[in-house]
Amino acid sequence: MSAILIAAGVIGAVGILVGIALVYIGNKFHVDVDERETAIREVLPGNNCGACGYAGCDAVAAAIVAGEASAAACPVGGAAVAEKINGIMGTNAEASARMVAFVKCNGSCDHTETRSSYTGINDCRAMALSGLNPWKCGFGCLGFGSCASVCPQNAITVKDGVALVDEEKCVGCGLCAKECPKGLIELIPYGQIRAVQCVNSDKGKDVKEVCDVGCIGCKICMKQCEAGAIAVENNIAHIDYSKCTDCGACAAKCPRKTIRKGQGQD
Amino acid sequence: MRNTFRGGVHPAGHKELSRDIPFETYLPHGEMVYPLGQHIGRPASPVVKKGDHVLAGQLIAEASAFVSANIVSGCSGIVKAVEPRRTIAGTMSECIVIDNDGLYETAPGVGEKVDFRTLTDEQIIEKVKAAGIIGMGGAGFPTHVKLKPKNPEAIHHVIVNGAECEPYITCDDQLMRNHAAEIITGLEVIMTLFPNSEGVIVIEDNKQEAISAMQSACSGKKDISVMAVPVKYPQGGERSCISVVTGAHYGITQLPADVGCIVDNVGTVLAVYRAVCESTPLMERGITITGEAAAKPGNYMTRIGVSCRELLEHAGGLKADGTAVKVLAGGPMMGVAFDSLDVPMQKNNNAFTFLASDEVSLAQKLQTACIRCGRCGRVCPQGLTPQLMSAAFEKKDYDRYENRLHGLECISCGSCTFICPAKRPLTQEFKVAKAEIMALKRAAKAKEGAAS
Repeated sequence: MSAILIAAGVIGAVGILVGIALVYIGNKFHVDVDERETAIREVLPGNNCGACGYAGCDAVAAAIVAGEASAAACPVGGAAVAEKINGIMGTNAEASARMVAFVKCNGSCDHTETRSSYTGINDCRAMALSGLNPWKCGFGCLGFGSCASVCPQNAITVKDGVALVDEEKCVGCGLCAKECPKGLIELIPYGQIRAVQCVNSDKGKDVKEVCDVGCIGCKICMKQCEAGAIAVENNIAHIDYSKCTDCGACAAKCPRKTIRKGQGQD
Repeated sequence: MRNTFRGGVHPAGHKELSRDIPFETYLPHGEMVYPLGQHIGRPASPVVKKGDHVLAGQLIAEASAFVSANIVSGCSGIVKAVEPRRTIAGTMSECIVIDNDGLYETAPGVGEKVDFRTLTDEQIIEKVKAAGIIGMGGAGFPTHVKLKPKNPEAIHHVIVNGAECEPYITCDDQLMRNHAAEIITGLEVIMTLFPNSEGVIVIEDNKQEAISAMQSACSGKKDISVMAVPVKYPQGGERSCISVVTGAHYGITQLPADVGCIVDNVGTVLAVYRAVCESTPLMERGITITGEAAAKPGNYMTRIGVSCRELLEHAGGLKADGTAVKVLAGGPMMGVAFDSLDVPMQKNNNAFTFLASDEVSLAQKLQTACIRCGRCGRVCPQGLTPQLMSAAFEKKDYDRYENRLHGLECISCGSCTFICPAKRPLTQEFKVAKAEIMALKRAAKAKEGAAS
């Protein structure tokens, strides 16, 4: 009986001592966490995608509290999240418009011809490095889906040899744009907006030889645009979305059907 | 046991297709194209413009930086354009296009005999630089840069690399058989720059004719010797050559000169002889047209800048049965595939190999997961661990790839891919990894430059 009492006493005493030590150490090494940081972390999407430029959602929450980042720093959360963070921080930063990725190539099997057969790692960067080109056009989508493999939202699929973004799933983090060795992916405003689906900067005659739907740099779209949002530089049209009114005049007149409304392939 | 380097593999040689066929000289008649960036370093800057008349042996583009090389016209004719053209690398790059008049009028002074013993070291290096000589074995590093190490007295070995370990290729073999005396004189020219050096010619012992030709050419010269080495790939790698001759190993941050060696390919040494002793700049080179799909495999001495298609047509074209599936610049171990024959031959192309079977696509079908047998590590001449490097690449853990596994030391020889029983595309993975790491480094450097 006494053995049980001694054991219980020793364990109890050790427990009390350890408890006191833990309380003391806890106070000694206490780190103040701004409660706003925890609150912001809770309203952020939690993808840890890095699109804001910080290491993840924890890092950007800390940066917002420290005043280094704006309350609208999260491009994925958009206006809704920015509003909540404004509420927490007492600021009134305005969220930028929702952006989505857009693949500037429509050169699928129907529009361009194959040039060489490549064997090796199924990865766009490996293929770009090999110097071989699947299509006659040297600018187009290689179709191995390296963009799809980095997309945290599974928003990209490869269809007929060209990557295609699902606008509803895309959160505009831009990881795919960084991955693409051909630099084909641009972030454009959400909402089935008009975009130039080509990056081939060769002369019009050469483009016509290799692809049915490539931009030939004819400048018809530029002349149609009343807002002055389209510039043709280096034989390729580009839309400035800060000026674009999405009136559709450019797409209606494009002789090559290179300017299209929203995501898609045809 | 005979002196050899660490690791290595024994791929089938296939040299019997062309090894005993002597050089046939071919003077092209079609237009000649000279890419400005056909060497390691900054592309040369053109010194001619559209409409200019140039002569064979005339400078058409000059070195634009310390590591860069001159380019010399191989034909006479009118400059047609300076414009982007497709090159063997598959990209469009700036080229000088010359409309060849077929007369091959040479520039004044070309062919003038000079005794190299009357020249100073600076004059020799200047002649090598003016001739636009680069490493002819494939890498294309400007030779005049290599000949100017910080401390010439510390160089104790000038190694002439005649190993030619790559399967199929036989042009260096033929060069040594037919131009042994010139190569030895070229070596003596280089050795005058390095007073404390001895010359060693490294040849794999499957080239007995070349070994005896070189031995008789250097008989009586006490500081030049021929070293016959066992057949093992990649014996022709710079590091492998140094390892068998001196036993020295060196890391990625070092150059051969840091371990007291200068290594030059036999083609480069011959080009040095011609530039210094015969005042003939680098206009032509030996090239092997070979492979199971080539109708008439052989060795050709032709002008640099010729279209690959024209050269192939002269060499009898492809076999009529249409078996050609792949064309490589170089051999099957380190060569790169290209997809259009309408590209110019460059200074560093030692062979065009036309394969009748695409073993890469076959291997891709048989590819399985890594079974961790470790054979890749055993054959790696650099002593790396390819299976771990591959895993790091797949996870994009470039920090581990570079700093823990020393993956930048990889020389892309292809031995690991050759030996892998699981048919993993290891070498290609490492090429991508190295390119990515170098791109990240350049980006970091640019950022640093912008910040400061």
